[in-house]
Amino acid sequence: MVERRSILKPDGTIVPGSKPRMDEEFLLEALRLMMLSRAYDERVIGLQRQGRFGVYSPGLGQEASIVGSAMSLDPSRDWIVPQYRELMAVVRQGYPLELITATYMGKTTPDTRIPEGVNVLPTQVALAAQLPQATGLAWGLKLQGKDAVVMAYIGEGGSSEGDFHEALNLAGVQRAPIVFFMQNNQWAISTPRRMQSAVPSFSLRAAGYGFPGVEVDGNDVLAVYDVAVEAVERARAGEGPSLVEAVTYRMGFHNTTDNPSRYLDPAEFEEAKQRDPIQRVIKYLTAIGLWDDERQKTADQEVAAEIERVVEAAQAQRGVRPEMLFDNVYERPPARVERQRAEFLKSVNGH
Amino acid sequence: MAVKTLIEGVREALDEEMARDERVWVLGEDVGKKGGVFLATEGLYARYGEARVLDTPLAESAIVGVAVGSALNGLVPVAEIQFADFIHPAFDQIVSEAARVRYRSNGTWACPLVIRAPFGGGVHGGLYHSQSVEAFYAHVPGLKVVIPSTPEDAKGLLKSAVRDPDPVMFFEHKKTYRLIKGEIPEGEYLTPIGPAVVRREGSKLTCVAWGLMTHYCLEAAESVAGEGISAEVIDLRTLQPLDRETILRSVEKTARAMVVYEDNLTGGFGAEIAAVIAGEGFEHLDAPVTRVAGPDVPAMPFNRAQEEAFMPSPAKIADAMRKLATY
Repeated sequence: MVERRSILKPDGTIVPGSKPRMDEEFLLEALRLMMLSRAYDERVIGLQRQGRFGVYSPGLGQEASIVGSAMSLDPSRDWIVPQYRELMAVVRQGYPLELITATYMGKTTPDTRIPEGVNVLPTQVALAAQLPQATGLAWGLKLQGKDAVVMAYIGEGGSSEGDFHEALNLAGVQRAPIVFFMQNNQWAISTPRRMQSAVPSFSLRAAGYGFPGVEVDGNDVLAVYDVAVEAVERARAGEGPSLVEAVTYRMGFHNTTDNPSRYLDPAEFEEAKQRDPIQRVIKYLTAIGLWDDERQKTADQEVAAEIERVVEAAQAQRGVRPEMLFDNVYERPPARVERQRAEFLKSVNGH
Repeated sequence: MAVKTLIEGVREALDEEMARDERVWVLGEDVGKKGGVFLATEGLYARYGEARVLDTPLAESAIVGVAVGSALNGLVPVAEIQFADFIHPAFDQIVSEAARVRYRSNGTWACPLVIRAPFGGGVHGGLYHSQSVEAFYAHVPGLKVVIPSTPEDAKGLLKSAVRDPDPVMFFEHKKTYRLIKGEIPEGEYLTPIGPAVVRREGSKLTCVAWGLMTHYCLEAAESVAGEGISAEVIDLRTLQPLDRETILRSVEKTARAMVVYEDNLTGGFGAEIAAVIAGEGFEHLDAPVTRVAGPDVPAMPFNRAQEEAFMPSPAKIADAMRKLATY
């Protein structure tokens, strides 16, 4: 059996003898981001149902693993290479939530670009295709002598793709400064974890690439943070990549088009609910006197206000013009793109 | 000017660009100490070291993916795929990733990289060392596709490709590597990506080609010249962006057009050229556009007679020219 690293138990107590790296102030910030993540998910699922938001994959239930991993990074120099279920990680990295929201509302304009200096690549939909790029990014940082680390996200389902193997293998050979952070949320749409791989712990796969792998309770933000910091420090010290398997549970659907009732065992879901990543932090903070009903109420209000500010700011973004379809194909548009843009404009202008 | 081979043009381009700009780096299988299976990167490892001339594991998707990632962060990678036949595992990274970085990132990122690959047959390479793959990539917006046919162009176009702000597929016909010799200008020069070149002026028909087929068309044109057939030969050099003006200007003059390519006939890039000529040069045409290409069989066989049956040759092209001229 592989040891699953754990610090904060589901009942909100600390595993005896463990010393979390995260101090209380940082934990309060982690809790704020986790609450924001959950409330945002719930809000935009509502917007999606009203036809005001695109297809969306919520991070419900995975907040500790998303937030704890991102908080191990220094946004001013480190990079995040996301898949698509790590929204709050890229927000913590500095990608404004209102710009992400505007993009989900179809407002892809020069105003909603990832701002200069925010070290985040765009969301990746083709699973695992981001990983060779992350390895290349990390290798490039090393070649340029930069003191930076790449955190690349993947799910347990995506780890079955060939690019997962190619990327980790090459990263190991190059000792690239990278952390492969796998959220094992037990589901690839409807395909359960047991159908994905016979390996007893995905973290064991790291051995095949010559670097360490570690399994952690992905619903334990203190343990996720610890494990991620160790991997980031290792990468920064020139010791090469790590693979982290954060064992968590997808408490929502794959995305807003999915209906898990067709394949999900309700008993398993209820059991997973008992391991909620946010509730255990609240229990812990309550026990040490840093949380109470009053603080909860204030925090809820602040999160709700923040989300309303974000949604309003996104709605205030200018809309796209259809001919912007032809932008960003090449740096200098070739004749055929210009011709097709002109033909399109002519057709819509009715000449 | 010194007479050199086409692969020397490739090598000089890489060397000069790496010397000029330390962000340029080369990666691929056996590109290091060995200098590549065709010796395109010979000498680079000794000059620039392992960090800039990286032998990769045998993993084409990772070669391209790593190149994309490094391009996103300010480096200028030149990835070598050992044979175009082995580029298919990297299809997703090229088509869905490199080509779309600019579009998908809403213009935040560009992906300035070059992917070099030797392609084409006639070298007895069999099923997995003879393929033509240019049509797959010429189909994809976001990519540029360049195929040089002379040493001068190989060098000048590759240098332009390295400096291009967008991803460039650079296909080198392996039979031209040492077969085709020519003068390479002294000193620094760039050949622009885009413009085609008229290699031979003619009045009776227009023959559009690229890579090795340019030379076969020139041979064929020479062989029919004594029969009163004056063939104009256009070397496209760049498939995307396509120089339609040069093609249409020539067709306006000759009223007859043929496209010669080594890839399978159906859906090959010659089909696009035929469509452009038919669509925009229709009123100038006195004959249907002709295609001379490989047959629609899965690959070029190893057997010599079958290989010859597959490949367009100067003799086959000359026959097609005679038919077209007398249509």
